[in-house]
Amino acid sequence: MLKIKNYVKVKSIAEAYELNQKKSACVLGGMIWLKMGNRNVSTAIDLSGLGLDTVQEREDEFHIGCMTSLRDLETNAALNEFTQGAVRESLRHIVGVQFRNCATVGGSIFGRYGFSDVLTMLLALDTWVELHHAGRIPLAEFAQMKKDRDILEAVIVKKTPQQSVYLSQRNTETDFPVLTCAVSLCGGRARTVIGARPGRAKIVEDPDGILNGLTEMPETERTGAVQKFAEYAAEHTTFGSNMRASEEYRKLLAEVLVRRAWETLGGMKR
Amino acid sequence: MNLSFWLNGKLCNDEVEPGMMLLELLRTKGCYSVKCGCETSNCGLCTVLMDDRPVLSCSVPALRAEGKKIVTMEGMQKEAEEFGSFLADEGAEQCGFCNPGFIMNIFAMERELTDPTEEEIQEYLAGNLCRCSGFVGQTRSIRKYLAYKESQKKEGIRE
Ligand SMILES: Cc1cc2nc3c(=O)[nH]c(=O)nc-3n(C[C@H](O)[C@H](O)[C@H](O)COP(=O)(O)OP(=O)(O)OC[C@H]3O[C@@H](n4cnc5c(N)ncnc54)[C@H](O)[C@@H]3O)c2cc1C
Ligand code: FES
Ligand code: FES
Repeated sequence: MLKIKNYVKVKSIAEAYELNQKKSACVLGGMIWLKMGNRNVSTAIDLSGLGLDTVQEREDEFHIGCMTSLRDLETNAALNEFTQGAVRESLRHIVGVQFRNCATVGGSIFGRYGFSDVLTMLLALDTWVELHHAGRIPLAEFAQMKKDRDILEAVIVKKTPQQSVYLSQRNTETDFPVLTCAVSLCGGRARTVIGARPGRAKIVEDPDGILNGLTEMPETERTGAVQKFAEYAAEHTTFGSNMRASEEYRKLLAEVLVRRAWETLGGMKR
Repeated sequence: MNLSFWLNGKLCNDEVEPGMMLLELLRTKGCYSVKCGCETSNCGLCTVLMDDRPVLSCSVPALRAEGKKIVTMEGMQKEAEEFGSFLADEGAEQCGFCNPGFIMNIFAMERELTDPTEEEIQEYLAGNLCRCSGFVGQTRSIRKYLAYKESQKKEGIRE
């Protein structure tokens, strides 16, 4: 059980950062994950009064405040138009509407959970995080970092021209995913992300340029390239076993999801 | 700490512990329809409306209700009874334990979605677990209830 001694609704991020330097303090996102832990918290830091709970579309980026709920992200028309619905697809299977009205983008990204649909999806886009102390850094870099005592203010999705597709597999509806997969052609570069391995989502590069010029290839060549890359991705990603699936199953599944996602992006599949 | 919020249309002022969850507070205030069915934010039984949006009261710190409008089934008795008759007609409930959270989420869905398809209904209600049924009767009852509400609206317009 989570025990909270003091509860502070902060007036600024600077105040939150200051309070959070104490090891026994804790920032509250939607509290969905935190609630399940056993911890004595000296000061619970509530960011909900800072107006950081919206998605703002700006000229060259989407600015997603850390307290934005997963549901608001899922239903944001502009972001979903930009990602051809991929963002919505990545979120709609997470438990239920009431859950997604509570869970936040900040908590989901700061937590860097292995199973995270949110992390998998956002890694496929030109995404940055805005940290109070460390400033703006690419999400890919942040995803590799160890947890520290910084405050995540916002997640930024740059409007770099892109097409993306999201797929996940679950043993049963609303459960944690067995595997997640997001692919994108972002700024002309092919990017593939595999998550719930069950470790943290990883970007799989295409060093041999198998997917180079994918959309211009004749269909048979495209089919071959996608199959070859799917095999490459499954081979060059590490998987593990847990109660949801074995390492072997995940590897087989990864090849299928990567192939299907690229087939969809390449226009061979709806 | 002091908390001021609206519960089923009434302004409340309460002293709450810093770590108290909304569910606990609502039950101490006599809203026994709000129940705890799990420890993992998974079952939807504790669903209440916060400023018209469905949330899991088991996972919302009570202090986050400051200045907000909270509605539980106690505040929607007439509507719940009306929908309950559709559930009963379809033989859709068995033990009835899941009903309060389920019904509150249906009211939220009614506000948010216009003329939802069966798939949309099922997606919206995926976070409400029912241990007794296979959701078939519930889905049938929701479709009939929504059709009835729609016809009522149309009649209202005609009058
Ligand atoms: C039963 C269950 C099922 C789930 N299923 C899925 C799923 O299928 N797919 C999926 O992607 N996710 C899933 N999740 C995870 C969920 O979607 C959220 O990612 C998770 O609950 C964290 O979000 P939160 O807002 O609740 O954060 P919290 O629990 O409040 O916080 C999480 C962590 O982040 C820290 N934190 C929060 N906000 C900030 C901030 N702004 N700056 C710095 N630190 C911060 C907190 O101190 C804490 O350490 C599931 C969670 C549960 C409990
Ligand atoms: S009690 Fe199960 S989701 Fe709240
Ligand atoms: S009717 Fe028994 S849990 Fe739903």
